[in-house]
Amino acid sequence: MTETLTDTLDVSATSLLRFATAGSVDDGKSTLVGRLLHDSKSVLADQLEAVEAASLRRGQDAPDLALLTDGLRAEREQGITIDVAYRYFATPRRRFILADTPGHVQYTRNMVTGASTAELAVVLVDARNGVVEQTRRHAAVAALLRVPHVVLAVNKMDLVEYAEPVFAAIAEEFTAYAASLGVPEITAIPISALAGDNVVTPSAHMDWYGGPTILEHLETVPVGTDPAHDPARFPVQYVIRPQTAEHHDYRGYAGRIASGVLRVGDPVTVLPSGATSTIAAIDALGERVDAAWAPQSVTVLLADDVDLSRGDLIAPTAAAPVPTQDVEATVCHLHERPLRVGERVLLKHGTRTVKAIVKRLPYRINLTEGLAHEDEPERLDVNDIGAVVLRTAEPLPLDAYADSRLTGSFVLIDPADGSTLTAGMTGEPFAAPATKAEQAAADDEGWDF
Amino acid sequence: MTTATQRAGDTGSPYAFSHLDALESEAVHIFREVAGEFERPVILFSGGKDSIVMLHLALKAFSPAPVPFGLLHVDTGHNFPEVIAYRDRTVEQHGLRLHVASVQDYIDDGRLRERPDGTRNPLQTVPLLDAINEGRYDAVFGGGRRDEEKARAKERVFSLRDEFGAWDPRRQRPELWQLYNGRHAPGEHVRVFPLSNWTELDVWQYIAREGVELPEIYYAHERDVFSRSGMWLTAGEWGGPKDDEPVQRRLIRYRTVGDMSCTGAVDSDAATIEQVIAEIAASRLTERGATRADDKLSEAAMEDRKREGYF
Repeated sequence: MTETLTDTLDVSATSLLRFATAGSVDDGKSTLVGRLLHDSKSVLADQLEAVEAASLRRGQDAPDLALLTDGLRAEREQGITIDVAYRYFATPRRRFILADTPGHVQYTRNMVTGASTAELAVVLVDARNGVVEQTRRHAAVAALLRVPHVVLAVNKMDLVEYAEPVFAAIAEEFTAYAASLGVPEITAIPISALAGDNVVTPSAHMDWYGGPTILEHLETVPVGTDPAHDPARFPVQYVIRPQTAEHHDYRGYAGRIASGVLRVGDPVTVLPSGATSTIAAIDALGERVDAAWAPQSVTVLLADDVDLSRGDLIAPTAAAPVPTQDVEATVCHLHERPLRVGERVLLKHGTRTVKAIVKRLPYRINLTEGLAHEDEPERLDVNDIGAVVLRTAEPLPLDAYADSRLTGSFVLIDPADGSTLTAGMTGEPFAAPATKAEQAAADDEGWDF
Repeated sequence: MTTATQRAGDTGSPYAFSHLDALESEAVHIFREVAGEFERPVILFSGGKDSIVMLHLALKAFSPAPVPFGLLHVDTGHNFPEVIAYRDRTVEQHGLRLHVASVQDYIDDGRLRERPDGTRNPLQTVPLLDAINEGRYDAVFGGGRRDEEKARAKERVFSLRDEFGAWDPRRQRPELWQLYNGRHAPGEHVRVFPLSNWTELDVWQYIAREGVELPEIYYAHERDVFSRSGMWLTAGEWGGPKDDEPVQRRLIRYRTVGDMSCTGAVDSDAATIEQVIAEIAASRLTERGATRADDKLSEAAMEDRKREGYF
């Protein structure tokens, strides 16, 4: 390789951060996203020209950066955002994948979808309005999905004369609420997306703020969890058997490591069968390695001939999950057709799809302050968050979602038409025990069902 | 033995992972999901850089076994000869199966009519859908990237198409975590986009890292071209230039590779992959804005073609 190519490789040795934004059009979310793309020089001349032309047609004299993120003609005509849109930008330090989700109540499912893969969520509030019901909903979704880092962007600081007390009060209220839901890390940043304060460049109007801009924070927040701390989980996707002269006896289990580290020599258990073996070799896309970790895609070879196929999970014998047919989970219902007790569905967990039946709907959660529960609801409607008890036709090696976002999650599928119905997270909804006390207090205040 | 530590990202952790590692791992995961859940997948292969990267990822995903899918190429009849030669070389090298759906055949027997502007990109949809039906393909890998165009930004990794090949943005399924839902009715199929989260620069950086060979027209070379709609089109049998379009010899390269009638060249002296990456990193135009006449037709051109079953 030439020197130049090596330099290129160094440039490409940047990490990847997936993050989500939540907030309504009124909070200036589209403007923030447009500003991030524009000021990080990710908007190219032809895209900007199109935005300028569209802004002119609408009678606006300055380019409306919100137009950068409007996707479909259906949305432009109706002035709405109907789904999650993905945006891409990069700085020399990091590549970003942004899941841009609309924030209204009826779009909870989209926020849940965007947050499911996010390592950071940006929640926007309007500095003039402070923490409102929708803000609490966004904090609750981030907490439910166990997004590790949350940023509170207090926007429109220019409209409150860049006043520190306004920011401090909102930041304090939000931080207390999000922390009570178990959000592990909250960073509050005062910004003006329209004027550009503290989005990419530090504000000249807020000397009192000494923290990072939004982009600085996105560039420096730690990415991923430390695989050394998590037990290994390896859902088998596909069995590779070349059956060629050269690789006559090769039988490799292909998959993407969901958590932890796999090492040659590790004693492992295959679930749900319970068969045991040891890892004989690991092929990392054609290269033999002695260890591999999440989220690498690899092929694992075992020392023994065990019965193993797509849908099985390889886990360390010392820390294997216990398969169960009784699943208790927190869910977000995604489909217009409601979910009811007695319904027969398919449950997809990792690489395994099994039949399941809805046994109970213990409660529905109202994501506003207090997180009031409605016990034993008749059904879960689209965008509802609630608890579900399922019985599966075969045992599943589920982890608690709190321990593993990939092996603790599943989706429910309609066996008739294949629609994705429901997103599920095994276990209790929120991390902090404080939540339950708050909820009890809220119940005392007299919610009538 | 070596590990990916040598390509570590910015955290200094022994378990660090670069963005190219992350994108590669995700794409391989997608290929293997399809191999595990579908009966008859096929890879759309045009000989363009995105489809070449797709094939490279598929080769790695199933190594040391061969790729368990064939390739499908919709040949407009106006493809660059260098690209067709590359395609045939690649198919032979890896022992792959290739099915070619020919737009020219459709025009010759009257099933399709040439457009007044000579552009054949929109004509690909019918032969593509026919080939998918005849091949009974249930999963069709495409090289589409969400960064390419606004209508693509909302595309799913697994994109359900009805029996007419049509894409309805409101019928698409939410995709959470790494759980892809590929269930479909008989006659329907799923378009799968393993490069959804890649950008043009990622593709080039990956090509450099992996040492992937490309058709030579991606690199700077001298060519007879003429100007139309602000783009340098190649002179050739497909119909250009018209009398009032003077031909000149320029040093150019292609950023995208498609139908000769609507794929523009860019002025460039980038003759090596390092120079190409430097050029793209500094470019102030998107790939499609710089090189695709068909996307300039209207603000919603891609949305309309996608609805009809285009790639």
